[in-house]
Amino acid sequence: MENGGTVETTYLGAIREALQEEMRADDTVFMLGEDIGAYGGAFKVTDGFLDEFGPDRVIDTPISEAAIVGAAIGAAHMGLKPVAEMQFIDFIAPAFDMIVNFAAKSRYRTGIGAGLVIRGPCGAGARSGPFHSQSVESYFANVPGLKMIAPARAYDAKGLLRAAIRDPDPVLFFEHKFLYRRIKEQLPVDEEIFVPLGKARTHREGTDLTIVTYGAMVYKSTEAADRISAEDGSEVEVIDLRTLRPLDTDAIVESVKRTGRLLVVHEAPRFGGFAGEITAQVCEEAFEWLDAPIRRVTAIDTPVPYAPTLEDYYLPGEDDIVAAARWLLAY
Amino acid sequence: MRSLYRYLWLTRALEERLEIIFKQGHVIGGLYRSLGQEATAVGCGYALADGDWIAPSIRDLGGLLARGLDPRDVLRQYTARGTSLCAGKDNTNHFTVPELGILGPISPLGTQLCVLNGVALSFRSRREPNVCLTFQGDGASRTGTSHEGLAMAAALNLPIVVVLEHNRWAFGTPSTAVAAVKDWADVAGAYGVPAVTVDGNDVLQVYDAATQAIARARAGDGMTILVAETYRMLGHAQHDAQRYVPDHELAEWKDHDPVQSFSDYLIEFGFESDSTLDQIRGEVALELDAAADEVLSEGYPAAEEARTRVYGDPSLDAEVPWSRGAVPGYEGLTSGKRGRPAAGLEGA
Ligand SMILES: Cc1ncc(C[n+]2csc(CCOP(=O)(O)OP(=O)(O)O)c2C)c(N)n1
Ligand SMILES: [Mg+2]
Repeated sequence: MENGGTVETTYLGAIREALQEEMRADDTVFMLGEDIGAYGGAFKVTDGFLDEFGPDRVIDTPISEAAIVGAAIGAAHMGLKPVAEMQFIDFIAPAFDMIVNFAAKSRYRTGIGAGLVIRGPCGAGARSGPFHSQSVESYFANVPGLKMIAPARAYDAKGLLRAAIRDPDPVLFFEHKFLYRRIKEQLPVDEEIFVPLGKARTHREGTDLTIVTYGAMVYKSTEAADRISAEDGSEVEVIDLRTLRPLDTDAIVESVKRTGRLLVVHEAPRFGGFAGEITAQVCEEAFEWLDAPIRRVTAIDTPVPYAPTLEDYYLPGEDDIVAAARWLLAY
Repeated sequence: MRSLYRYLWLTRALEERLEIIFKQGHVIGGLYRSLGQEATAVGCGYALADGDWIAPSIRDLGGLLARGLDPRDVLRQYTARGTSLCAGKDNTNHFTVPELGILGPISPLGTQLCVLNGVALSFRSRREPNVCLTFQGDGASRTGTSHEGLAMAAALNLPIVVVLEHNRWAFGTPSTAVAAVKDWADVAGAYGVPAVTVDGNDVLQVYDAATQAIARARAGDGMTILVAETYRMLGHAQHDAQRYVPDHELAEWKDHDPVQSFSDYLIEFGFESDSTLDQIRGEVALELDAAADEVLSEGYPAAEEARTRVYGDPSLDAEVPWSRGAVPGYEGLTSGKRGRPAAGLEGA
């Protein structure tokens, strides 16, 4: 499927490649998690890895998320580069203690860092119910010492995962499961794909309103922006954060100062979500440039429900984004 | 024998010194002692070899001293000095010192074994024959993380020794009230590993059993649980007068003091003379006098250090709180609105 030095790659395939390339280049990189060996991972991200890298580098563990993250921390202290898989990101909850109390505080307390990656499938839309659909970034947003990544594109998934593996600090890497096989991009074959942490990107340029978002909502926001452009003639800028922490406040503020209007869209529930933090930062840094109040479009404040009617109601939809954007543009 | 005694005595004397400076108001926060339990940690720490790692619980100071930890570093920790191993950012024994093979705990009990498993994994990955040893209180052994850590260490056949300190208490609650297990060696069965029970107040017995368990781990035969039968002779921490502890239990265990019984043994069987042991005690006292003088002359860390070392990249140090001056873009908070620049002046 090669085409002018590019090859079609899914979001999942890009994650696979990032892991493979880093493991091939550096034998201190290893993986641990549940069913990642012979089975190849619940979503088949590590299919074939056991054969290629052997059982010392693709370690099947007991179902014990705290012990998985703990072992990753200890190995990181010793100079290895662990990548721990959470089978679903929801199951990061049993490892909360290890992440917020051990990994995140380690460098600050002792001077010894914990350069590790915890990655796993997040996000709703796959009809998977309350425990296989969550967006957990806000659970960790109030914990200094952690970095967090939520890529939307295959290119960024690959480039950011490689950067995360090389990063000296603990990184939570949220893979949106709805994008795993739906997103297909032409990725360059000969170019090294590497995306530094902490930099947002402009997914769609615009002059009249800024939407700040990340993960799967980048696509819904862009669809909404295209519709507004076609129907109303206004141009909405869509900023894809890519990295949630450290947050690229400069990029957000720069865009808002140009457009004068801000809408923050995310899939996680509203209360205590990232949108609140982004709103506060823009109020502090660009209040005088705003022509309208900042608005948020988020999931509703409930667990992620199961039935299709309920889940669709729960999630922010294109219509919600269009309605909020129109409100802001008319303000 | 002589250095074993020295470490036992150093542990006790250093803790007594800490208690003195605690009462003088120099210690910041709580002080946790291992009185009556010193032999368990000293015997285990002494049995480890270069390259091995040790992960202490709160009453295992002796194990760290036996691994070469400088008493001054202990004093610095408890007095929050800027020179401390944690640079004043964490307390008690929460330091990690790779050169000495020490993995510090964090307060949430049970978590540290999970991390030590990763240290052991690194030995395996580098084909190094080193061993990890850690301690768990009878209370801490009830946590989920403890079970997860034990299950993983056993399943992956890691070179680990877990010393279960059955000191009869977890804070203010007797271990009989929070665990149905009678013989603590039984817990090993759930993980499919062997357990060995020792008199935790007999430093030679501890040392022998630890040596064997360590050798077993080094040979690739996996984890051993060492159950140390002992007793917490003081309250949980300095602030706890342990009124809930029955007097007769304290009296019984006082007769079985690990430091006293080891010195009795050394003298009775002619290994050492009373004057030699006396000399050791004198040397330790002098060392601790000098250490305390030095450490107490050192200061706390500079306040702004609070911002640093959150991430490896110093540009990610925490921002200076805006209310404390440096506000980017604001010349002075009193000047009111900045005002939006007129069109065309943006970016000027
Ligand atoms: C997860 C967790 N819960 C509660 C505490 C508070 N705490 C500190 S020490 C302690 C008792 C520990 O008992 P044990 O493990 O038997 O150790 P010992 O004090 O007897 O040496 C408790 C409850 C804690 N540190 N961590
Ligand atoms: Mg206890």
